[in-house]
Amino acid sequence: MEQIVQRIKKEGISLILLFWVIKGVAAQQVIVVKWPEVQKILSQKSDTTYVINFWATWCKPCIAELPYFEELQQKYKTSNLKIILISMDFAKELPTRVVPFVKQQKLKSKVWLLNEPDANSWIDKVSKEWSGAIPATLIINNFKEKKTFFEQKLEYNQLVKELTGFL
Amino acid sequence: MLNVPTNMKNKFWLALVAVLALGTAATLFFQQKNAQASPTGYSIGATVADFKLQNINGGSVSLADYKNKKGVIVVFTTNHCPFAKAYEERIVGLDKKYAAQNFPVLAINSNDAADYEEDSFENMKKRAAEKGYTFPYLQDASQSVARIFGATRTPHVFILRNDGGKFTVQYIGTIDDNYQDPTSVTKRYVEDAVNNILLGKPVVVTLTKAVGCAISWKDA
Repeated sequence: MEQIVQRIKKEGISLILLFWVIKGVAAQQVIVVKWPEVQKILSQKSDTTYVINFWATWCKPCIAELPYFEELQQKYKTSNLKIILISMDFAKELPTRVVPFVKQQKLKSKVWLLNEPDANSWIDKVSKEWSGAIPATLIINNFKEKKTFFEQKLEYNQLVKELTGFL
Repeated sequence: MLNVPTNMKNKFWLALVAVLALGTAATLFFQQKNAQASPTGYSIGATVADFKLQNINGGSVSLADYKNKKGVIVVFTTNHCPFAKAYEERIVGLDKKYAAQNFPVLAINSNDAADYEEDSFENMKKRAAEKGYTFPYLQDASQSVARIFGATRTPHVFILRNDGGKFTVQYIGTIDDNYQDPTSVTKRYVEDAVNNILLGKPVVVTLTKAVGCAISWKDA
C-alpha cells in the first residue's frame, strides 16, 4: 500500500511538472486562426471580459502598448479577464517575424495570428466604428452586455479605467 | 436636510453643479481626443476641395491640374507600412491601366516623417524610382489633405470622378480583397469602380474597409 502511494506521488509530481512545462512552452506559441475562431470569442456568453488587441510586429504604436496588456494580464490574474493579442502580420511571416518577436518580448498573453485577408468581410463584425487601422482594441463582455472599441494606441491608465467598468 | 440652514443648502447645490460641470467637461475633452483618432472626412458624393502638395520631382501638384481628366484615383500610402508595400506594384498597375483612359493614380504620403524615417521626402523619391512610379507621389507635410479627406490608414483609396470641373468622391476603401497574395484576389474593388465610372454607370460597391497602418498624426 505504502509503495503504491509513493508511486502515485512520484508519477503525480512528474505529470504536474510536465503539465507546467507544456503550458510554459505553449504560452510562447502563436496560433494561426481564421475568422470563425475570433467570432467564437465575440459571441461568448460567459461573464468573461475579453480584451482583444489588433497589432503587428512592424507597427510602432502597437508595440509600444503591448507591455500595458501584459501588465493587465498580471494585475487581473484572478479576475475573469482574458487578453488576446491578434497579430495582423502576414501569415507567411509567422516563423520569421511573429514567433521570434513573441519569444524575444517574452509575451505571456495569448497571441493569435488572424489569417483572413478579406478584411472587409470581418472588420465591421469587430466594430462598425473601426476603419481598419491598427492599433485597435476591443473590450467585450457579453454577459454584462458591454462593449467598447478604441481605434488608437492606449495608455495603461486608460485601460485600467475602462476595465473597472467591466470587472 | 430639513434643519440645515439655507446658506449651507445653496453651497451644496453649487458644489454639485460645479462637480457635474467639471465631469461633463472632462468627458467631452476625452471624447474629443477619441474623435481625433478617427476623423470624419468626405463621404460618397462629396465635392472635393482643391489642394496643392509638393511632388517628389520638386514641383507641386494640385487637384485642379486634373481638370481635363475623367477622374483621379487618389491613394494615401506610405513607404514603411507593409500593407502599403504589398500594394505598391498593384498601384503601379492601376496607373498603367487607367492613366491611358484618362483616369490616373495620384499618390499622397501623409505620414509624419519624424515618426518614420522611411517616409522622409528623400526616401519617397527613392521608393518611387525603385518601384517605377508613373504618377505623382506627393508629400502632405501638414497632414491637412489626409484630414480633410478622412484618410485613416494606409493604403486608403478615394476615387474621384470629374463632374464638369468639380471632383466628387465615388468610392472609398481598399484596392482588392487580398493584401497578402495578389494571385488570390477575387474582388477588384478599385478596378470595378473605375470601370463603371468610365462606362457612365454607378459604382456598385462604394465603400470597403481594410486593415492598414494608422496614419501617424503629428499631434497624437
